[in-house]
Amino acid sequence: MAINKNSNAFTFGFAIVMVVVVGTALSFASLALKPLQVENRIQKDMISILNSVGVEASRKEAEDSFYKNITERMTLNYKGEVVETREGAIDALDLGDPFNIDIQKEYRNSELKAEDRKYPLYIATVDGREIAIIPLVGKGLWGPIWGYVSLEGDYNTIFGATFNHKSETPGLGAEISEGFFQDPFQGKKIYDESGKLVSISVKKGGADSSNPHAVDAITGGTITSNGVDEMLARTFSVYDQYFKQNKTQISTL
Amino acid sequence: MSTAVAEKKVALEAVPREPLFSAKNKKLITDPLNDDNPITVQVLGICSALAITVQVQQAVVMSLSVVFVLIAGNMLISAIRNIIPSRIRIIVQLVVVASLVILVNEILKAYLPDISEKLSVFVGLIITNCIIMGRFEAFAMGNKVGPSGLDAIGNGLGYAWILVAVAVIREIFGSGALSFPGVGQIKFIPQSFFEAGYMNNNLMILPPMALIIVGVIIWIQRARNTKLIEKN
Amino acid sequence: MIESLNIFVKSIFIDNMIFAYFLGMCSYLAVSKTVKTAVGLGAAVIFVLGITIPINYLLENYVLSEGALAWLDPSLASVDLSFLSFIMFIAVIASMVQLVEMIVEKFAPALYGALGIFLPLIAVNCSILGGALFMQDRQYSSISDATVFGIGSGVGWFLAILAIAAIREKIRYSDVPAPLRGLGITFILTGLMGLGFMAFMGIEL
Repeated sequence: MAINKNSNAFTFGFAIVMVVVVGTALSFASLALKPLQVENRIQKDMISILNSVGVEASRKEAEDSFYKNITERMTLNYKGEVVETREGAIDALDLGDPFNIDIQKEYRNSELKAEDRKYPLYIATVDGREIAIIPLVGKGLWGPIWGYVSLEGDYNTIFGATFNHKSETPGLGAEISEGFFQDPFQGKKIYDESGKLVSISVKKGGADSSNPHAVDAITGGTITSNGVDEMLARTFSVYDQYFKQNKTQISTL
Repeated sequence: MSTAVAEKKVALEAVPREPLFSAKNKKLITDPLNDDNPITVQVLGICSALAITVQVQQAVVMSLSVVFVLIAGNMLISAIRNIIPSRIRIIVQLVVVASLVILVNEILKAYLPDISEKLSVFVGLIITNCIIMGRFEAFAMGNKVGPSGLDAIGNGLGYAWILVAVAVIREIFGSGALSFPGVGQIKFIPQSFFEAGYMNNNLMILPPMALIIVGVIIWIQRARNTKLIEKN
Repeated sequence: MIESLNIFVKSIFIDNMIFAYFLGMCSYLAVSKTVKTAVGLGAAVIFVLGITIPINYLLENYVLSEGALAWLDPSLASVDLSFLSFIMFIAVIASMVQLVEMIVEKFAPALYGALGIFLPLIAVNCSILGGALFMQDRQYSSISDATVFGIGSGVGWFLAILAIAAIREKIRYSDVPAPLRGLGITFILTGLMGLGFMAFMGIEL
């Protein structure tokens, strides 16, 4: 029996069989690998949050370390009021969990105004002290930048800051993810003596190390550094209201 | 069984089967490594090649992905080459490549998530990598499964060594480090060099350097093998 | 409006398909021997990108990405078809290129003859699929942004191939060392042009 390879019927039949086989195989592969991929995403975010308070963790240790060190997580609205809290293990499908809020997606969504976005907040317990961790998102030169800044219990002194980027220039703007840019943030204060929120300015040309409200920008990475400056100022002004409602005292110099 | 088919069977058996690793088949592997290199001679597959050569680990993972797709695809196409209807030939090839690439992408996202993020869109671009479709058309459609596999290995390795070579140069001079999949980046230039005034060559990390390095590799290759020089 | 203009300028000069990402190099190297063919192919690429990216954008946002099918039926909100993106994108691109081929053959038969095999080869031109994948990766917030990005990328590619074709026509009369002639010098030239284009970094309108 000779099948005419070029007949319409055979061509159709071949195409249909091919589509079915390919569709099934790919769907199967995707479904099988999905749980691992979701876990990877969760681990990555956990590691970033832990890094912002100086806790190093590998992917394997990430989950245990996260649940051990991060004691509270909550979502704030634009007015600084707590709208959601969660405890215990993170369910990847729970969209209300502060951990699962994609602040980058919300920031990028030009139809979502700042008043309608959600603002996650984490409380970590490190060496017996409570540290507040605030996720940041902003715009660099070539793409988004993001990070975490953590504050001591007085909601004024910075405990640590980590920044990351998608496509900033290597050697220039990309250096915001390096220690030499992030370390000087430690110990700086975001409120001045009169209690006014001044955030941390990222100064081009260098900042005096005795200035508690400024750090050096990156030479040649001005626009990225400005992006960090803006990101900090904008984010602090939202969380400011939560701080004012919850602080024990604002420490003065 | 009709006589036509029976005759075909006899004819096939009369031709001695070529051993898998005969001299002719060995050339399938060795040629693309130098004389017939897919990137520098055939000028194929440059697209996804260069942008990821910033780090050796990215180049290695990308090369392995391309080699896998090439071998699997070549052998698959070769196996079904006699029943593909000629009208949808290109479409079938595209579907085979796309499916294999999707498979590779999903596996990378699951098991090597950090590298997968750095490779981002370039894994998807393996589909349009001219080498793969080129080998399907030029070889797999007309040859048996075994030699097709060898041809794939040869071209894949030819592609891989150029990629890794460029990546090694760029990473050593641009970051003072080398990286390996699963291990990450290891900086090996001692601090004392930096203090003495040595600086990482930031130019190496920028995209255009990859092109210039490949240009130099072509220069060297053609100087050594004058047969490859273009007649103007 | 300013945002769209920014995206347009960025995709021509800074995120240039050739100089920053090396996409579409195969046809770029092969068709850049004369300015005429370069212009023809460049125009075709702009057209194909300008058409396929909006279509792929709609596909991405209303069919493929996680939760995209919610408009059809709320119960489908957790379906994630993004693993099919590669196949869907390339299918759209292949069909569109077929369409462009038929249009060019009808309305500009001379150009059709000059371009020869390279017109169908646009379908596997990395820059077309690359444009679709970048659009997916960067998640532009509106279809107009995505379209502007598509056309801008096409214009960038067009500029690149035009420039290199012009240089190659001139360089035929120069004394290039034999091993560098042709392919080698083109690579180095493209790298140098890429370095030049990096001067546009930081442009903001």
